Amino acid sequence: MTPATLLSTLLSAPETGSSSFDLGRMMAIIIAAIFVNNFVLSRFLGICPFLGVSKQLDSAIGMGAAVIFVMTLATLGSWTVYNLLLVPMELTYLRTIAFILIIASLVQLVEMILQKFSPTLYQALGIFLPLITTNCAILGVAVLNIDEKYNLGYSLVNAIAAGIGFTLALVLMAGLRQKLELADVPPALKGKPVAFLVAGVMSIAFLGFAGLGG
Amino acid sequence: MSLVRDLTNGIYRENPVFKLALGMCPFLAVTTSVENAIGMGAAATFVLICSNFLVSLFRNLIPSKVRIPCYIVIIATFVTLVDMVMNAYLPDLHRSLGIFIPLIVVNCIILGRAEGFANRHPVLNSLADAVGMGVGFTLAMIILASFRELLGNGTWLNINVLGPSYQNQPLLIAILAPGAFILLGFILGFFNILEKRRGGGGQ
Repeated sequence: MTPATLLSTLLSAPETGSSSFDLGRMMAIIIAAIFVNNFVLSRFLGICPFLGVSKQLDSAIGMGAAVIFVMTLATLGSWTVYNLLLVPMELTYLRTIAFILIIASLVQLVEMILQKFSPTLYQALGIFLPLITTNCAILGVAVLNIDEKYNLGYSLVNAIAAGIGFTLALVLMAGLRQKLELADVPPALKGKPVAFLVAGVMSIAFLGFAGLGG
Repeated sequence: MSLVRDLTNGIYRENPVFKLALGMCPFLAVTTSVENAIGMGAAATFVLICSNFLVSLFRNLIPSKVRIPCYIVIIATFVTLVDMVMNAYLPDLHRSLGIFIPLIVVNCIILGRAEGFANRHPVLNSLADAVGMGVGFTLAMIILASFRELLGNGTWLNINVLGPSYQNQPLLIAILAPGAFILLGFILGFFNILEKRRGGGGQ
């Protein structure tokens, strides 16, 4: 396979019809992933870190950055393995196992590389990385990209936008929870219950984006 | 005696959703109807029982350094099995659960029980624990799904309960995403009150 044909397979493989980039479609994917189908508030993916890491703004930003990073890499890995390995060999039923192994080894690899080459970044993201393996948002975006039959370009755009959407929800939630610490909450609702109520109200706000960008 | 204890542990005392806050993603996402909740609960319980059984059986063979990848592969195998069986025999349910079937792999309840219970308890106790946790997860989903389906659609398990006059103007928000968060918040608050009552009575 020459590089040129490989590139064209990468950009068009599962998509029937349009073969390359369509800027309008890309914008639609970005808006949909960040606002309309926000990963946390509308698709319910990544709720565990959303509740666990949203107590402080700093750690929320760190977690968000780590998720965007790993999500993009995981999409690159999973899309390539699925379309260039599993589909030609008719092993698509191995999708779940293959994807989770890719994500787990990727997280391990990223952790090792960061530790070696960028100790500062490792210190910032380090504690969040192991948690990411079992973050369903990562596996979720990998599976969604396959289900939606996106080509590699759209998949990567979708992954980055989904990561941004996740970070947005996490950071908003962290800001709200810091204020909530000082609020006079009924004792029965203290802690998790009120966090869910706040998330619900935020989710109502995000419902307002429905219809944007189709 | 301890078998019964392991079995009932997951249903109330350590209910995975209400008490341990594990497995939140599928819990919130698939509870739009009681039917989906039961389907998801059955799938997760099956995977939980099989993975707890295997992990417990091989607990002395798996080196502890690579145990997490081993557990993930075991879990992923059974999830793939469930995915294929459901796709073949229950295609409608498979479609409505969608992406959340492959996501059973990263359901923290299953990995949590493998790591927290099955890897240091005998096979029978692990099976009892898996059944208890699975039933607890399913019951919790049925509770939330009942509220959401009843309020949002006026039905329960597709049986019309509240009548057509309600269905003309149902509380649609209950079935949309915010309803899941808000109703769960109130349910957790209710459990907090229950707990406090119970603690107060004992003293």
